[in-house]
Amino acid sequence: MIAEFGHYALVLALGLALVQAIVPLWGARTSDATLMNVAGSTALAQFIFAAASFAALTAAYVGSDFSVVNVFENSHSAMPLLYKFTSVWGNHEGSMLLWVLILALFGALVALFGSNLPATLKANALAVQAWIASAFYLFILITSNPFARIAQAPAEGRDLNPILQDIGLAVHPPLLYLGYVGFSISFSFAIAALIDGRIDAAWARWVRPWTLVAWMFLTLGIAMGSYWAYYELGWGGWWFWDPVENASLMPWIAGTALLHSAVVMEKRNALKVWTILLAILAFSLSLLGTFLVRSGVLTSVHTFASDPSRGVFILAILVLFIGGGLALYAWRAPLLKQGGIFAPISREGALVFNNLFLTSACATVFIGTLYPLALEALTGDKISVGAPFFNLTFGPLFVPLLIALPFGPLLAWKRGDLFGAAQRLMWAAALGVVALAATFAIQRGGPVLAPFGVGLAVYVMIGAIIDPIERIGLFRQPFAVAFARARGLPRSAWGTAVAHFAAGMLLFGVIAESQWNSERIVSLKPGESVSVRGYDLTLDNMIQRPGPNYRELVARFSVRRDGAVVDVLEPAKRTFPQRQMSTTEAALMTVGASQLYLSLGDIGSDGAIAVRLYHKPLVLLIWFGCIVMVLGGALSLSDRRLRVGAPKPARHKPSLQPAE
Amino acid sequence: MRRALASIVFALSLLSVRALAVQPDEILKDPALESRARALSQELRCMVCQNQSIDDSDAPLAKDLRVLVRERLTSGDSDRQVIDFLVARYGEFVLLRPRFSPHTLLLWLAPLAAVVIGGWGLIAFTRRRANESKASAQAQLTPSEQARVAELLKETGQS
Repeated sequence: MIAEFGHYALVLALGLALVQAIVPLWGARTSDATLMNVAGSTALAQFIFAAASFAALTAAYVGSDFSVVNVFENSHSAMPLLYKFTSVWGNHEGSMLLWVLILALFGALVALFGSNLPATLKANALAVQAWIASAFYLFILITSNPFARIAQAPAEGRDLNPILQDIGLAVHPPLLYLGYVGFSISFSFAIAALIDGRIDAAWARWVRPWTLVAWMFLTLGIAMGSYWAYYELGWGGWWFWDPVENASLMPWIAGTALLHSAVVMEKRNALKVWTILLAILAFSLSLLGTFLVRSGVLTSVHTFASDPSRGVFILAILVLFIGGGLALYAWRAPLLKQGGIFAPISREGALVFNNLFLTSACATVFIGTLYPLALEALTGDKISVGAPFFNLTFGPLFVPLLIALPFGPLLAWKRGDLFGAAQRLMWAAALGVVALAATFAIQRGGPVLAPFGVGLAVYVMIGAIIDPIERIGLFRQPFAVAFARARGLPRSAWGTAVAHFAAGMLLFGVIAESQWNSERIVSLKPGESVSVRGYDLTLDNMIQRPGPNYRELVARFSVRRDGAVVDVLEPAKRTFPQRQMSTTEAALMTVGASQLYLSLGDIGSDGAIAVRLYHKPLVLLIWFGCIVMVLGGALSLSDRRLRVGAPKPARHKPSLQPAE
Repeated sequence: MRRALASIVFALSLLSVRALAVQPDEILKDPALESRARALSQELRCMVCQNQSIDDSDAPLAKDLRVLVRERLTSGDSDRQVIDFLVARYGEFVLLRPRFSPHTLLLWLAPLAAVVIGGWGLIAFTRRRANESKASAQAQLTPSEQARVAELLKETGQS
């Protein structure tokens, strides 16, 4: 009964979305406030029904109702409760339901918090949001119904894919989807502005917080997925340039570019046409990501749906929205008035430079990901484009970007002083060179790339915080004065500095991990030892342990440094009988930002177990960098300017005036 | 049929992801040769896996290829010869970094092309905008208006 309720709620949500897709648009055309107001209430109601539908599926999972096909295929009664919740989206149908739920959530949030928006913009944007929602409701109801029943209910489920039975992967999809789908708001606003044929600086001010929120979630989602891959896949890699990873990276890069160009639009009323295009592209790339993952075009670890009919349906959605969006853009964008002009050396110029390199990097990932598909379709030649290609092309595009990064905030709007900015960055450059020389001296004959990478990272980090340091007069004024000034500095300035600093951290982590990683691959019998970077690990014993829905082989290692035991590590191999699959559970020992990484292989005929041990220096900086970057975003989001929003024009509403 | 095949490959690769890639018994005694073997392995695709190098994969095929690479290296092949041998045997699909050739021209030139075309477009656009704004600043006054302005200025100058 609960499943049917969920199914019915989903159909009602579709109905509401269809109303929301048409009525407000008509209202905006005819300037009918009543019709436009339909958008807000339908958006809220649509969210409630989508949530009810999602709750119904969750109830089916938690109650282990195996008469529902989806639950039968992806759950098991013995599974821990947490994973019963998370397996709701650990499959194709459920994850699409989560997708529309988040879409409806964003629509509802715009309806709730968009009271300062011009009525037509809000009505049009919510209508566009509902077009997207309708398309995806139809997709779920027609091709991927999560509520389908089995006539004869089986007694036990097939269990969730063991790889997905992990807290990291449990939170990865919701975060990622909040990011992907969050960009739908920028898209809807862009389309609404194009329909209106009117756009100004205030538009950027309304759109930017939504973009920022989406970008923050996407950053977290990607970081989470990367950390999950790192500890779960068992060979310590954290980024594989897998097509599915690329699919999430592309909207992230486009979103980052959008955040920066929206600043120019907001402050200087320039780059309007370009910002609109980026808003369309960011969401188009999110849709493309969904298509690539869901259609099974690229076979990859993430593809749990390989059904051509679904692929074709999503492709149709893709063509409709991306094609339609771009066509509307081509038609209407020339009508938009151009804004202020600026000299090449200026804050605007720096942000344009940022956009040039970010979009080039995005294009590189795009072409690298889709080229093999296109080539095979056109000529039949099969080639592979993998990590070595991306490392070779993507890296060099980021170097100029990172060198230019500290300059941006130091240049004035309209016309900047490059020489002055360079002088102010002298300290950062000097410390960067010192770091370069020091690294070179310390590692002596180590990897050539490392000193330059470290130097660049130090330069970026110091360069990022020079602006606030100078503005608050730290080291020059008494501390109390500096502190008071620091509090007075706009939060968005802090946000910029923190997020840019984080980019340096991230680079530092990437360089340290990739250049100084040590590896030991050995076979050990109990009592034998292996050493890496001053840590001696001894295999004490191996035991078999039962888990709730798996068995595990645990190896106990004591870690010694200078003879004294500092830690005990227990890497494991789990076997899930239901799916006849096994997973490796790496054991990690964290020292500062560095980690020892230990994972198990197979047991040989002589009773020795294969072991892979890594020392990964400063590897955690990669994910700390992402988190700090998100904190920067949060600081910027809390800026007064965005909280207050644009002033509301005074309006006469005769119908609402009290009767005399 | 293709779907069934795809799902089998998928299932296999999931299994393969689970364990270690390079096994202790595969490692060569000579550290220089071994490090060359590892570097090569990272450039070679495990062809039954999804986007995994033979260095990362634990599929039986990846193991065979790793052993093969090591055999060729020990028998004195250069890195280039090993790659050529594998491409002759398995096709270019085995390379994770495709060769620079006519059919990958677009791929390899894409990053540079994006920056160059984007940069060129930007410069052209800024120039046009600058000219337009200059032109529009001049074009705002008709000749009769300009005459009137001159007249007014003259008047102001006299008074």
